[in-house]
This record gives sequence, C-alpha cells and structure tokens, in this order.
Amino acid sequence: MLAALFDNIPLMIMATGALVGTAATLVGVFLVLRRNSMLSDAISHSIVFGIVVVWLLTAEQSGPVQIIGAALTGLLTVVLTELLVSTRKVKDDAAIGLVFPALFSAGVLLLNLYARDVHIDTHTVLLGEIGFVWLDTIAIGGYAVPQALVWMGAATLANGLFVLLLFKELKLATFDPALARALGFAPGVLFYVLLMLTSTTAVAAFDAVGAILFIAFVIVPPSAAYLLTDRLPRMLAIGIGISIASSVLGYYAAVALDVSIGGMMAVMTGLFLTLAFLFGPRYGLVAQQWRRLRQRYVNESRTLAVHLFNHENRPEAGEESAVTALRDHLMWSERKAAAVVARSLRLGFVVQQGDMLFLTSRGRQVALELLEPWRAKDA
Amino acid sequence: MSALLDFLGDYTIQNVLLGAILLGVVSGVLGSFAVLRQQSLLGDTLSHAALPGICLGFLIAGARELPAILGGALVTAMLAALAMLVLTRSSRLKTDAGLGIALSIFFAFGVVLLTYIQGTAGASQGGLDSFLFGQAAAILRSDLYVMAAIAALALALVLALWKEFKLVAFDPGFAATLGLPVLVLETVLTVTIAFAVVIGLQMVGVVLMASMVIAPAVAARQWVRRLETMVVLAALFGVVSGVVGALISAAGRNLATGPLIILAATVLVIVSMLLAPERGILWDALRRRRQERRLEADRVLATVYDLASHHRDRRYAAEESMIDAYHGMATRPALSRLSKRGLVQPSRHMPEEGRHWVLTDAGLDEARRRHPDGQGLGQGASSD
Repeated sequence: MLAALFDNIPLMIMATGALVGTAATLVGVFLVLRRNSMLSDAISHSIVFGIVVVWLLTAEQSGPVQIIGAALTGLLTVVLTELLVSTRKVKDDAAIGLVFPALFSAGVLLLNLYARDVHIDTHTVLLGEIGFVWLDTIAIGGYAVPQALVWMGAATLANGLFVLLLFKELKLATFDPALARALGFAPGVLFYVLLMLTSTTAVAAFDAVGAILFIAFVIVPPSAAYLLTDRLPRMLAIGIGISIASSVLGYYAAVALDVSIGGMMAVMTGLFLTLAFLFGPRYGLVAQQWRRLRQRYVNESRTLAVHLFNHENRPEAGEESAVTALRDHLMWSERKAAAVVARSLRLGFVVQQGDMLFLTSRGRQVALELLEPWRAKDA
Repeated sequence: MSALLDFLGDYTIQNVLLGAILLGVVSGVLGSFAVLRQQSLLGDTLSHAALPGICLGFLIAGARELPAILGGALVTAMLAALAMLVLTRSSRLKTDAGLGIALSIFFAFGVVLLTYIQGTAGASQGGLDSFLFGQAAAILRSDLYVMAAIAALALALVLALWKEFKLVAFDPGFAATLGLPVLVLETVLTVTIAFAVVIGLQMVGVVLMASMVIAPAVAARQWVRRLETMVVLAALFGVVSGVVGALISAAGRNLATGPLIILAATVLVIVSMLLAPERGILWDALRRRRQERRLEADRVLATVYDLASHHRDRRYAAEESMIDAYHGMATRPALSRLSKRGLVQPSRHMPEEGRHWVLTDAGLDEARRRHPDGQGLGQGASSD
C-alpha cells in the first residue's frame, strides 16, 4: 500500500510542496514578526554559492553534509551583512543588497565554469523543478521515496521541533527581545539558530522550488496569517494551512494550464494573501472600510443627539427639534437628514412625534457622554 | 594596438560597451538616491517583478521585441511598487514583508508565464532566458536606441527635479513643511528606479539588477560627501563595472554577463570601503593604531617619570622588565619609539641586569607637561 503511495506522482509532488510550505512557514512566521523577512531573500540567493561549492568539493548534490555545508553560506550572508553594518559605512538595507548578489554571482559563475553537464544549471537554480522530484529517489525500508520528500520531511521535522520545544523562548525573543535578554534567554543565539534552520530549509527546498520561489513560501503564508489573527499559535496553524492548500491548488492549476508547478504554488500563496488582505475579519480592507462607515453613521446620530440636547427644554426647542431644522442648522441635505433620523430612531437615540424629534434617555446619555463625560459617568 | 582597434571596432563589442555605459550611468545616478533614502531593497523587488512584464511584453508583441518587453517590464515593476505601497499602507504588514511579498509573488507569476511561453511558443522563446542573468552579447543596435531613450528620460527627470529629489532624499520632513508634494516625488523616484532596472535587464538580468542599483552608489558614497559628486562618481563606477563585466563576458568562455558585472561592482565596493580617504577602513585602522601607539608611549613615559620622581632622581635608570611588569606587556617597542622621539635613552647602568632607560631632558619636560601632578603616582615602585 505504501509503495502505491510513493508511486503516486501527483501526490508526491503535492506532498513535497506542502512540506516546503510547512517548513518555510514555521521559520517564516518569526522572520515576518521580527521584520527580518528580507533576510530570507538574501539567504535563499546566497545558498546557491554554497550548493555549488559543496558540490564541487564533494561531487555530491544531496546528503546531510551537503545540505548543512551549503546552509552555512546562508548564515555567512547574515554574518557578512552584520559585519558590513557594524562598520557603519553602509546602512543595513544596502548591506543586505550588497552581500547576497555577490555570493549569488560567484555561485552562478562557478556553475557556468564547471557545471555544464550536470543538471543543476542556472535555470534550475532560479525555478527549481518540483515536477521532477519523483525522478530522484532513495530506498527507505524497501520503498523508493523521492529524495526531495525525505529532505523536506527532515527539515520540517527539525523546524517543527525547534518551534515546539522553544516556543516560549521564541515568543518572548520575538515580541520583547529586551526582556528576553534581561531574563538570560540569549535571543541573539536563538535568532541565529532560526536563520540556520531557514538556510537549511532553503537548501533542502532548492531542488523542488529553486532559490527565489522559496521566498514566497517563507514570507507570504505567514503574512497572510498575520492579517487574520493576533495569536502566535493560530498564526502558525493558519500559515501552514495556507501553504498546504496552495500546494494542492497550485498543482492542479499548473497541470491544467501546463505551466511551472512550483511557480503556480507560489502564485497561490499570493492569492490567499490577497484574500486575507481584502476579506480578513478584523484587518481586512473590507472590514476596515465597513468599520469606518459604521463609525461615521454612529457619529452622525451622536451629532443629532447633541444638537437636540443643546436645545432641549429651551424656548427655541420647538424650532430646533423639527426634522426640517436639520437642513439649516446642521447643513445636512434632506436625504441625509432623513437617513440620519431613520438610523437614530433605530438606534433608540430619539423618538419622533409628528414633525418633532425628542431625545430618549439613551440619546440624552449619548449626548451627555460627549458634552460632559465627567458627569455622564454618574448619570 | 591594431588588435585592440579590431576588438573595439567589432560590432558586438561596440554595442556591449555602449550598453554598459548607458546602464552604468543610469543605475549609478538613480541608485544614489535609492541608497540615500534607504530603499536599496526596493530595487531588488522591482527587478524581480520585471520578469512577468518581460513575458507579457513578449506575449503581446508575439516576438522578442525590446520596446514591448521593456514596456511590459516597466509596467509590472511599477505595479509591484504599487502593490508594496498598498500592502504596507493599508494593512498591518511592515515594509520588509511588503517588499518580500511583491518580489516573490510577481516573480512566481513571471515563472508561470515563462513556462507558459515555453509550452506554447516553443523554441522562439530562447531569448527570454537571457533576461534572467543578462547576456550582453545579445544586444542589438536597435536595442540601444530603446535603452538610450529610457536613459535620457530618466536622467532628464533627475536633472529637472534635482533640487526636490535632493531635499526628499535627505530630509523629507523638511520638504513637506516647504509644501513640496513629498509623496509624489517619492513615487517619481521609485518609478525612476524602475527605469534603471529596465535598462539593466539585458545586461545584468532581473535577478541581479538590484545590486547594480546599490553597489556603485555605496562605493561612491565612501569617497565623497556631496550628492553632486556622489552621483557623478557612482555613474563612473557603474560604467566601469558594466564595461569590465561586459567585456569579460563578451570575450568568451560563455560566462553570464550579470554576475560578472556585479562581481566587478562588488570589487569596487570593497576597494572603496577599504581605501577611500577619511571613511576607508584601512585609514581608520591606521589612524586608530597610531593613536593607540601614541597613548601607549605616553603611558610608558609616565611610568618612567613616576619611577624617577619616586626615587627623587631625574636620571633614575628604570629597568625595562620593571616597566614591562607595570604595563603587563612588552614595552620595548613603545620605549624604542620614545627614544626615537628623543624622550628617553637606554642607560649603561648595570648592563648585566638587563636594559635600563632614563629620561632625557626633553622627556622630562614632556612628562612634566603631561603630568604636572605626577609626584607620588608610582606607588608600585616602593616595593623594591
């Protein structure tokens, strides 16, 4: 039965994509929250250099030593960037933009020079080939398992354990690094471990999605999740869910259109982000506009309440409290006045008797809260 | 000589050189503003986002026509900038996430389009891959006209709005109080970066164009402290790295042009950071070393003086090993430097006990000048 599972090519491809997404999201959540997400851009570009160098040295492309060796280049990028910043001659954004293109260039040129016959050419470097993951298999317990799946599984496991075991520490170091340092949690070390894991994941995902699409899996699902929730565990869960859904949808869309599978999976994460951006329950654009609109409506009714309150029980009340007076005294058009009156009636701020408006006790309370907040408390 | 003339007379080489010059000038000038405004990574996002535009331009024109391709690249690069702005302005996402999202999603869309073109147009898409890493040798004379037109437009924009751009780059708050439309100007500056990206597509490619915007400007910044000179120098550095990289690439071995240009620019950055007067790291280190030595020598002189004053003998010969013990290090180099300055001299006192040093008259004056209350400081000397 298992053999049939591993022979199911579409399933293997989707599983690999889902694992890339899950592993990337596990580290990406913290990068996004720490506002360091562009480090994933730097790391994923510069591991190309590491992969080529390790391959030239060991003549092997995959294996734990190769993956960790190549991943060290990712860490090297971060260290070099911080070194550049520490000279105070370059700002941090420019420093990132100087280091990784240099390493990436060196990697590409080495490929140009030495790697004409192997299948890591410059094209794969950028795009990866998740559609061919089933070609490279290793035997595990008698089953031919795609290599990419194995390495991605290991990376996901490592990242998952890291997040699970150090959840409290990560949370503290992410949201309050100063407190974490004061409590002796070494947030700097934790951050480096996080970056090393990011780098390792990038190397493991390299065959499947290449250097640049990996960035989409690190940044986009966590960002989409960030728009949907305020709680860290939920953010992780939603991010992983989006990654898995993107892999499945991306696969079918890519097959239907006959285009790059990895590319389509990344595009799908973008689709989820757009949905979250537009329709997120609290931070979505629609929800924001809706809240703003509602607020405006309520404010109009409150204005009416204040107006009536000011003239209540005064000689001019008969004139000011008429519906028709709103046009002249509050500069409201007839349509707007009618709409506000209708809403205020519904809110229970006023009651209408003939052409006259009277405050209810609720409406009087609202007006008082605005005009004399100190007294409204007792009333 | 004639070989060189032949080389320069070559049609391809001429095109490559002209292209490199255009690229260098524009990316140097516009990159200066990006680096000063700390928006270096925006170039990265815009250049990656050019990929879908290249493909769309190709699909619309139906062939590898540069105006359509560059036009498409310009449009999607600007759309990416817009997406980034919308994402960060009207949601809780921060700039870094906005940049990363725009970069990766636009690039992914480009990859999808690229494979779509490969699937439908077959072999005729061969030219598109060169936009990933740049292929200088593929530049045609007609391409240069397009590039030159965009370059002229971008440079004219910078010249016309020089004063405003300068103000926005250094002090946007002040610019706003003067009533300048800061948001518009910043948007225009962003758009001009898209121009630079588009010009570099053929030479450097989408992946590395970011660095071409950053590196020459950073290198230039090390040498000068005025925007006018920085822009000119950055343009020069851009041209140099462009020409060097393009020539190596065109000369053979089939090396991708983009990485070569970027490595040339990186070398310029490293050299500038190390050697530039005032800001150079080497000069810094040299200055610091000189200061440290000076300080060390002063302290050693003070020790000798303290010993002398403790013994109430201005000709007191202090044993070198004792001075070493005081300072916890070998003080011979510092003493030699002091003796070269004529402040101390080796003494013949008890040569079998090791080297001794005495103050000269000049040394005594110098030490007194520096430590007018030196008397009684050398408590440690009482132990012997």
